[in-house]
Amino acid sequence: MLNLFAAVVRRDLMLALLQKSDIIQTIFFFAVVVTLVPLGVGAEPELLRSMAPGVVWVAALLAALLSLPRLFAHDWADGTLEQMMVSAEPLTVIVLAKIAAHWLVTGLPITLFAALFGVMFDLPADQTAVLVLSLLIGTPVLSLVGAIGAALTLGLRAGSVLTSLLVLPLYIPVLVFGSGATVQVAVSVSPAAYLMVTGALSLFALAAAPAAVTASLRISVQ
Amino acid sequence: MLKTFNDPKLFYQFAGSAVKPIFLAAAVLACVGLYMAFFVCPIDATQGNSYRIIFIHVPAAWMSMLIYVLMAFFSLFTLAYGSPMSAVMTRALAPTGAMMCFMALFSGAFWGRPTWGAYWVWDARLTSELILLFLYLGFLALQSSIADRRRADSAGAVIAVVGVVNVPIIYFSVRWWNTLHQGASVSVKGSSMAQIMLYTLLVMVAAFMCYGLGTVLARSRSVILERERRETWARKAAIKGEL
Repeated sequence: MLNLFAAVVRRDLMLALLQKSDIIQTIFFFAVVVTLVPLGVGAEPELLRSMAPGVVWVAALLAALLSLPRLFAHDWADGTLEQMMVSAEPLTVIVLAKIAAHWLVTGLPITLFAALFGVMFDLPADQTAVLVLSLLIGTPVLSLVGAIGAALTLGLRAGSVLTSLLVLPLYIPVLVFGSGATVQVAVSVSPAAYLMVTGALSLFALAAAPAAVTASLRISVQ
Repeated sequence: MLKTFNDPKLFYQFAGSAVKPIFLAAAVLACVGLYMAFFVCPIDATQGNSYRIIFIHVPAAWMSMLIYVLMAFFSLFTLAYGSPMSAVMTRALAPTGAMMCFMALFSGAFWGRPTWGAYWVWDARLTSELILLFLYLGFLALQSSIADRRRADSAGAVIAVVGVVNVPIIYFSVRWWNTLHQGASVSVKGSSMAQIMLYTLLVMVAAFMCYGLGTVLARSRSVILERERRETWARKAAIKGEL
């Protein structure tokens, strides 16, 4: 099973790196959204510093949403997904491997670049560190729960907008706790509780989402 | 009873015979409840007359949450047994639930204006109810965008179950967020209510439940006719066009 997992992760990573523009587009979108906010609300440093965690998290959510169709659409279009589904291998493991590769290609770059945006918002170093940590712990949820939306809307015309509608309400808890962690540091309180709840959400998603994604795939690919 | 539920034609007939009495009961209860709400219940000490909107607002909110749980319940049957009638019930429940949710938010806004001075505050309960509306709309959007009926049923069932698992998580996260971010320090429901207000509220809840049940049964009849449109009995019933 580990061999299968490693093989699928390797395959998806190779495919993603062949088309590096996808990764760069995600980061670019993240950067653009983060840049738009000060342009919209004004450049007052105090205001930006207080808004930074929420803004970075919302931008991360939107960037993750944008990358979701890529999870299954390409494989579905050329028939690989169907082969994966009729193979003797457990679909849940394959799905988990695809989500892991997706996280490595979207969630992880988002986490790393968030450090840069922390600086852009003039966040103190300790807050930026907690922001990055909260994203590191929380972005797996974005990939896991987003995969459910991606699997349900596979092949539909209005696919990505519908995925956003379905998935954004489910992202709200991780948004609340992830951005809340950094805000705690701003008021000199330990972010441990928030980070632990974010971790709990990630673990819960890790346990529950693959089954939901598998069921959704079997529904969407008849 | 299960046979009546599982067979579309039998359920159609059962629902048809049940709808009118249930709507009648809803109308009677609503009349009684509204009379009590406006003429029997006293003027509130702190809120004056504007509190009377809770007799619409609270039943609507409760119904919206109850209907979502019912949708998830039927969705589990759809996923586990492929039961088509369960899918019919889920489809029938969704628009009523969404409307109740909207009514709760809308009436709540008009309650908030005189009491808090604002149409909307980011209170934990309001925000959770708004997110519940988004969950309903997502379900409706998903079902309407899939052409294949069986795939639409199953996909909607998955999203309903995933949503219901998330509702308590969302509620507690929003409550946490609200208390920490120092939201509006007002309580949506005041202190313990006077007896007469409680009774009126219960009457209105019963009225809303009857109305909801009647609407869902009536809508399920339309859904059944649409699904069974190739059957002769369905064509005849559609031509007859009863509620």
